[in-house]
Amino acid sequence: MQKVPTFSKGGVHPHDQKGFSSAQSIERLPMPSELLISLSQHLGAPAKALKAKGDTVMRGEKIGSASGFISADVHSPVNGTIKEIRKVTLANSINCDAFVIVPDEDQDPEPTETFDWASQDPSALLAQVKDMGIVGLGGATFPAHVKLSIPSGKHVDAFVINGVECEPYLTADYRIMLEKGEEVLIGAMIGAKIIDAKRIIIGIEMNKIDCIEHLSAIAKEKGYPIEIIGLKVKYPQGDEKQLLKATINKEIPSGKLPLDIGAVVANVGTAHALYEAIVLHKSLYERVISVTGECIAQPKNILAPIGTKMSDLLAFCGGFSSEPEKLVSGGPMMGFSFFDENTPMSKGSSGLLALQAQKKKRNTPCINCGRCVAACPIGLMPSHLYRYITNGEYEEAMQHSLMDCKECGCCSYVCPAHLPLVHGMKTGKKLGRKKK
Amino acid sequence: MNKPSLTVSASPHIHAKADTASIMWSVSLALAPATLWGIYAFGLRSLLVLGVSILGAMLSEYLLGRMSGESTLWDGSAFLTGLLVGVNMPPTIPLYIPVVASVFAIFVAKWTFGGLGANWVNPALAGRVFVFFSFTTPMSSYKLPRTIASIAPDALSSATPLSLTKTAIASGQLGLDTKALLAQGGYPATGFAQGISSLTGFSAYSVDTFLGNVGGCIGEVSALLLLVGGIYMLIRKIITWHVPLTYLGSVGLLSWVFGGLPSELGLFAGSFFPSIFSGGLMLGALFMATDYVTSPITRKGQIIFGLGCGFFTFLFRFFGSMPEAVSVSILLMNIVTPTIDRYIVPRKFGDTREYRKQLKEEKV
Repeated sequence: MQKVPTFSKGGVHPHDQKGFSSAQSIERLPMPSELLISLSQHLGAPAKALKAKGDTVMRGEKIGSASGFISADVHSPVNGTIKEIRKVTLANSINCDAFVIVPDEDQDPEPTETFDWASQDPSALLAQVKDMGIVGLGGATFPAHVKLSIPSGKHVDAFVINGVECEPYLTADYRIMLEKGEEVLIGAMIGAKIIDAKRIIIGIEMNKIDCIEHLSAIAKEKGYPIEIIGLKVKYPQGDEKQLLKATINKEIPSGKLPLDIGAVVANVGTAHALYEAIVLHKSLYERVISVTGECIAQPKNILAPIGTKMSDLLAFCGGFSSEPEKLVSGGPMMGFSFFDENTPMSKGSSGLLALQAQKKKRNTPCINCGRCVAACPIGLMPSHLYRYITNGEYEEAMQHSLMDCKECGCCSYVCPAHLPLVHGMKTGKKLGRKKK
Repeated sequence: MNKPSLTVSASPHIHAKADTASIMWSVSLALAPATLWGIYAFGLRSLLVLGVSILGAMLSEYLLGRMSGESTLWDGSAFLTGLLVGVNMPPTIPLYIPVVASVFAIFVAKWTFGGLGANWVNPALAGRVFVFFSFTTPMSSYKLPRTIASIAPDALSSATPLSLTKTAIASGQLGLDTKALLAQGGYPATGFAQGISSLTGFSAYSVDTFLGNVGGCIGEVSALLLLVGGIYMLIRKIITWHVPLTYLGSVGLLSWVFGGLPSELGLFAGSFFPSIFSGGLMLGALFMATDYVTSPITRKGQIIFGLGCGFFTFLFRFFGSMPEAVSVSILLMNIVTPTIDRYIVPRKFGDTREYRKQLKEEKV
């Protein structure tokens, strides 16, 4: 039997909890009464507002423009009127300006006209990607046109599409692969054309074996030059470092990018967005979000406009079946908990979870059990870093590679002393940077 | 709908089941089979010894916790320390000695340095070694288990196989292997063990030490039942193989290769299995050396730690003048642990051989 590949160092095996929503087909959300579209939909500088209070906007119209190299355009998901521009707090606690848009009764029909992509040259495709405001939909929301601009002198061997969805509960990528498989594959080929990649690889964990079969069947039937690789289930395989180790068996050194080892990584959601941007000329103004968790009455995968308030998503899912302890935007390992149900979703919102109370466990001092060290996929010693940080020795922590921590949560997940290790790392990074 | 009261905290929002208390209680559970055997073999008085050990440890923990305003009594660590002190006592010990050991363990070894997680030596071992050197005679008077006492009522009861061979060699009886020395010293073996011995070729003494038909501390005699507990902990992923395997393996190998030297038998004249079954080695390797707080945090460090324990145990057993090889070796390696943890760190992701080569070339 062939060995199922995975990454070798660290990692944890939380229960995948995908059963709540995995069988639910993607449903379109009925038009909400109000949208809150923040200008900070992506990693990097917030977009600059192009519209003012009282302006009318059309679906797909650009309402915010990229304000720096790492920034992305923002588009209106609806025909409507801008009621006001005000400050909002996003789920990840970022404060920024947002358009409050009231949708019209009548909406334009969805775009159906298709454009040929194979005949366009890569630079035209890249310009279109930028124009459509595409960002990475896996959660980090890195602007796609920046990622796909390959500096001269660099070559891309592999364009790796991330179909891992290693976060428990989330099923958005799973449903996209099942329902929009062909679009994902075409999107992958578009991306590969832009960056001139030699190989296209899609990595999918073995708990989504139906996706592997489905995509392989399409690729075989249509003759697409795409390799689909099944990976052993292990968190955090969806991180690009771990994914590249698992798929092309190369490690990205500290402080380097995938490009330095000849690879570019994009999420399946991003590949689908690339397809829509190039083939349908549709800007990124809606996405699939999994609304799930023990406390959601009817868990669903919802296609919702960017800027939808979490309360509208919850109402569409029948509200809570029992009182949740936490609302989380994103997955349970790296997502952000928030308390305001009027928080809007943004381009990076892959999930909305309502989690039940976990049995309260008491903190104890660190007992040096070494589970965090064994679980760290980067090879750090989280318990030692945590000790430095709680003692205020930020520079010591930075010397021990604190900055390489990507807050995947494996250490906190396994810690029997229930120490808030990730919380410590986040604090340490912030204060360490300040001190420098 | 009523607004739920929501918690906001840093990720992750889910957690593995284990916690400190569940780990501590599981280790105590793993120790139960060997302890029960000890109570059966040495009589109900051993239960009393265990009881006062645990009571002494928990009472100290309670008082110190009250003084520092913490409630740490039920995290299981004090119970485990008390139990470990108890199983490390000879069954005939006067009852104040285990109490002294437990109080020393909790008060001096554990709390003086800051309580759970902050001690630099294993508290139970520190307690045991403290009372051993304070009350050496009662601490080295052993009783034969009922399985042997019933067949050989007049057998020398105060010796263990290890001490018997050591004394014999020290008094100049050279040229004999362990089996011959024990036979000469009149150490009895059970009929069952002799039966197995004639079937398999292992010496009857090895079989008896493996099963627990041998004199010693309450919980250390049955290597078999200690192994059962160890395997349970391995399956529950409470411990990993790194420390026990390297520890037992290195003692076994060194004893086999060099164990014949004190008797002037030459190399490869020692024995592998009897040495890892006898004395407190199995208890030490599975339950003492694996103590999280005082052993290295990395797997590589744990291997070094296990090998170090093995080397010192071998040295003290065959070339030292005192008993207590296992306890002292583990304590010694406990002291080296912070240094191991400082220099043995995991390989960082991306720090591959090719990348290092590449960096070197760039520098040139």
